[in-house]
Formats: sequence, C-alpha cells, structure tokens
Amino acid sequence: MILDRQRKEKAIRFVFFLSASVSILVLSLIVVFLFMEGLPIFGKLSVTRFLFGHDWYPTSDPPDFGIFPLLAASVAVTASSAVVAIPLGVMTALYLAEIASPTVRQIVKPIVELLAALPSVVIGFFGMVVVAPFLQKSFNIPTGLNLFNASLMLAFMSVPTITSISEDAIYSVPGELKEASLALGATHWETILRVIIPASLSGLSTAIILGMSRAIGETMVVLMVAGGAALVPSSLFDPVRPMPASIAAEMAEAPFRSDHYHALFAIGVVLFLFTLLFNLIADYIAQKHKQVGAATL
Amino acid sequence: MNEKRPSSEILPTSTCLTPSEVSATPFKPDTGRSHVTGRNHSAILWRHLVQKGMFGLFRVAVLINGLALIIVLAFLLINGAGAINWTFLTEAPRDSMTKGGILPCIVGTFLLSFGAMLVAFPWGAASAIYLHEYANPGPAVRIIRMGINNLAGVPSVVFGLFGLAFFVTWLKLGVSILAGVLTLGALVLPVIIGTAEEALRAVPATYREASLALGASKWQTVYRVVLPAAFPGMLTGSILGISRAAGETAAIMFTAAVFFTPRMPSSLFDPVMALPYHIYVLATAGTEIEATRPLQYGTALVLIALVFGMNLIAIIYRARLQRRR
Repeated sequence: MILDRQRKEKAIRFVFFLSASVSILVLSLIVVFLFMEGLPIFGKLSVTRFLFGHDWYPTSDPPDFGIFPLLAASVAVTASSAVVAIPLGVMTALYLAEIASPTVRQIVKPIVELLAALPSVVIGFFGMVVVAPFLQKSFNIPTGLNLFNASLMLAFMSVPTITSISEDAIYSVPGELKEASLALGATHWETILRVIIPASLSGLSTAIILGMSRAIGETMVVLMVAGGAALVPSSLFDPVRPMPASIAAEMAEAPFRSDHYHALFAIGVVLFLFTLLFNLIADYIAQKHKQVGAATL
Repeated sequence: MNEKRPSSEILPTSTCLTPSEVSATPFKPDTGRSHVTGRNHSAILWRHLVQKGMFGLFRVAVLINGLALIIVLAFLLINGAGAINWTFLTEAPRDSMTKGGILPCIVGTFLLSFGAMLVAFPWGAASAIYLHEYANPGPAVRIIRMGINNLAGVPSVVFGLFGLAFFVTWLKLGVSILAGVLTLGALVLPVIIGTAEEALRAVPATYREASLALGASKWQTVYRVVLPAAFPGMLTGSILGISRAAGETAAIMFTAAVFFTPRMPSSLFDPVMALPYHIYVLATAGTEIEATRPLQYGTALVLIALVFGMNLIAIIYRARLQRRR
C-alpha cells in the first residue's frame, strides 16, 4: 500500500512538472511560428538589407523592406523614455522603501499599481487627444504626434515596472549595512547614496532593463501617438514609426502570406529578439550578482 | 520588518564628527578649535540640506506619478461621464458606429478576459504549485523560471502575431473568440504564475510540517492544507490577470477583435468587438473622428472603470488577507 502511495505521489509530481513546462512550450511555439512566418522574406532580400535598408515602402512596386527607420525609431523612443522613466521610477522606489511612513506607503503603493494597470490604449488615447494638441500649441510644431510625445507616454508605462522591481531590490539590502552606515554618522541620504544604491545595484539594473524591455515592445501607445512616419528621426519632435506600430498598423492590410506579411513577421522576430536579449541580460545580472546577505558584499 | 528598516529617529542629529572629518582635521591644540567646530557646523548643516533637497526630489517624483494618474482619470471622467447613459451601455453601435452604444464591446471584453482566465488559471496555478511545493533547485527549475520570465517579457504585439500564425492560421480557428482567448491566456500566464507563487509563499511552513507529521502524503498536504490556505491569494492574482487581459489591444487585433459585428457572438468561433479595440478604431480609423469623441471618451471610461474596479477589488482583498495574518 505504501508502495502504491509512493507511485501515486510520483505520478502527481510528474503531472505538475508537465503543467509547469507549459510556459516553455508556449515560448517555443512563439519562436517556431514567428520564424516560420518571418524567415521567408529573407529569400527575397538579405538580412543586412532588411535590417539596414533605409526605405520602408512595403506597398509600392517594387516594394522596399528596409526596417532601419523603424528600428531607429524604436531605439530612439525607448532611449528617450528611459531618460524620464529611470529617475522617476528609481526615486519613487527609494521614497517608498526608505522614506515613506507606513500610512503614506499605503496610499502611494496603490497609485503605482493603478498606474501599471492603465490599459495602454487609454494612455495612447490620452496622448492623442490631450498631450498632442498641447505640445503642438506650446512648442509651435506641425504635429503633436511625435517621438517626444510617444516617449513621454511610454515613460509612464515603464515607471511602475521599474518602481516595483527596484523597491524589492532595495528592501532586500541587509539592515546591518544601513545601520552600520548610520552608526558611522552618515546622514540618511548619504547612506542611501553610498550604501543602499550600490548594494542593490544589480536589482536596480534588472528593474531598469525590464522597464526598457516593456517600453520597446509597447504597441498601442506608439501606434496612436508616435506619428507614423517611417523616417529616421533627426529631432525629438519628428513623427516616427517604431517597429510595433508598423506591425499593428499594417498587418490588417497585408495580403495573407505576401512578402509584406512575411516582412511584418520578420519585424516581430527582431522585436522578440530585442526583448529576449533584454530579459536574458536582466536574468544574468540577477543570477550573477544575487543579493543574498551582508556577507556577500 | 521593523528591524530591517530603522525609522528616521535614529538619524544622527547631534553635531558629532564623521570619520572623514576627523581624519581631515589636523590636530592643533589650543588654536583654531572654534574655527574647526564652526566649519563642522556648517558642513553638517550642508549635509542635512543636501538630504532635505534630495528627499524633496523624491517627493516630487512620487507627486508626478500621482498627478499623472489623477490627470488621466479626471480627464476621462469629465469628458466621458456625459456620454454614459443607459442606452450607451445597453445598445449596439448604429449609423456606422457614429451613434448608439457599446454593449457588444462590453460583452466581447468580458468573454475574452474571463475566457483567458479560465484557460490560464489551471496551468498557472499548477505551475506555481510545482515550482513552490515540488521542485528542487536545479537546472530544470532554472530553465522553467527563465521561460516564464521571458514569456512575461514578450511584447503583446508579438503575442498577436503568434496567435495569428498558430491559433488563427495553423489550427484554423479563424479570427474568433477562441483564438483570442487562447492568445490572451498565453499572455497572462506569467502574471498568474507570479501571483499564485506569492500566495503559496505566504502559507506558513508550519502548516505543511504539521500535515506531513500527521502522516499525510505530499499531495494530501498540498490539496488539503496548502491550497485552501493559498486559494484566496491565488484568486486575487487571477483578478489582476483578468484586468490585464481586458485592457489588452495588440494581442487581439489580429486574433479576435473586429471593427464591427452586426450581431452578438453566438459561438466560440465568432469574432467579437472589444472595448480597447473599439477605442482605437474610433480614435484613429473612424470616418468622423472628431464627431465620435464623446463615444471614445465614454468607451475609455467604461474600460477604465472595469479595469480599475477589478484592480481595486484585488488590492483591498489582498490588504484584508494580509491583516488577517
């Protein structure tokens, strides 16, 4: 009977193992089907022409599938949103973890969580009808739908990600380190700057990378707010067309299994590889510089 | 908790020398003493001023976040409240979507998000149980965790492409509720796993030990002791998952949502209208973008109310759970 029980336990354990592997299965299916639908475009043109070609004219005759303007737009939008989002997110996390009293925390924490819950289409809508006219008027530019607007909106989407992961990292700094620093006469701010930030740096970097990964993959905001011109941006106020926006805007009109359709999937592959890279770097940092305890520093 | 975060009372407020100042101050008996202490006073004052300034900046950062949320909400409330009435909520769009209501979109969003949850919850909960209750640390667990992390990082538009290639085309489901539900289910899976694992972590180890000591098997312990204790927490997570799925647009654009359907969906293989996609369509591709603004605001407000309602329920519920512990 005990043997029977053991066998049953083993079987149950195996069933749970299989269900845990479903994430891996989904991820592999994503990879397989993205590549399956994306790779045929490279029979028509080389990878370098695809990545570094400056002309994205998928519907003209003959079509041109150079995604460099889209790639540049994605990088530009993500980088400029990072300039806003990193300080904002990290400072909010430091405030929550170090300064806020429990009561204030109980108010601020839900605000950050609700900010994270805002659907991207609503943020895009807000950027379209409120921020864009405002920018157009106050900067006297032809259109408010541009790189600047998009990065601003994206920043508010990545701040909650950065904040919540940074906060966890700051919490896991051993209390002894902080107490030692305070006992040596450092002020609270000096302790934060010289002890807490260095000690949680790996966690903070993970937070920032994941925030950026969210920004580069975000679709609705850049689709509605970035302006949609497939040009390499030369100023902050240029309208741009980042990669996700291209996919979302053109998939509906691309004929099934046409070159255009395959090219859009190939953009999806590039986007996927970008976020995969970001995630692997974040994972590597988190593993390599694991915050364990006071003794590791 | 308390021992890790000493409160600000411990801050040095007395005018003592810091080690760097001690070493930087040459020892000069009798002369210049008052001068040194005077400089120290101003140095300490300066250091506290810097701290005040930096903490002020932190507060500004928090304030910006709060303001952003309040501005978005206020703007939607002020502009959208007027559009919402009984007919708006209970009628289908009329006159090529320039008039009428959004009932089909509300129904569609409910079907998609709850369907996604039905698909993802069992897998997510089981994954979390394996990772937290069964798995021993090793390469297998590490790979599974990496898979989950990477799945969480996949952009929603890529999920949309995957849904189009796999569910819609390869499995021949067509643009349908089912294809959308499966795509969204894959998308919220990491959210569910994360929150379910957190719920399991909150169950005290003593529960498990007591059960095992009474001779219960691992599975009996998990099923009879751990799961009942963790289930409310898991449920909170699934509410967050539903709200995430409800607001998702890019993943359903190619897989489930259409501009307009004249009738309510009657089977899982029908396409649907959905709130987020409706906002996008009205705001960018409609024939009369300006004329339908009130409809857009109204739709956005309904979506926000839905999403925030679920989030608030989850937040309040979680706070109550934590207090009980």
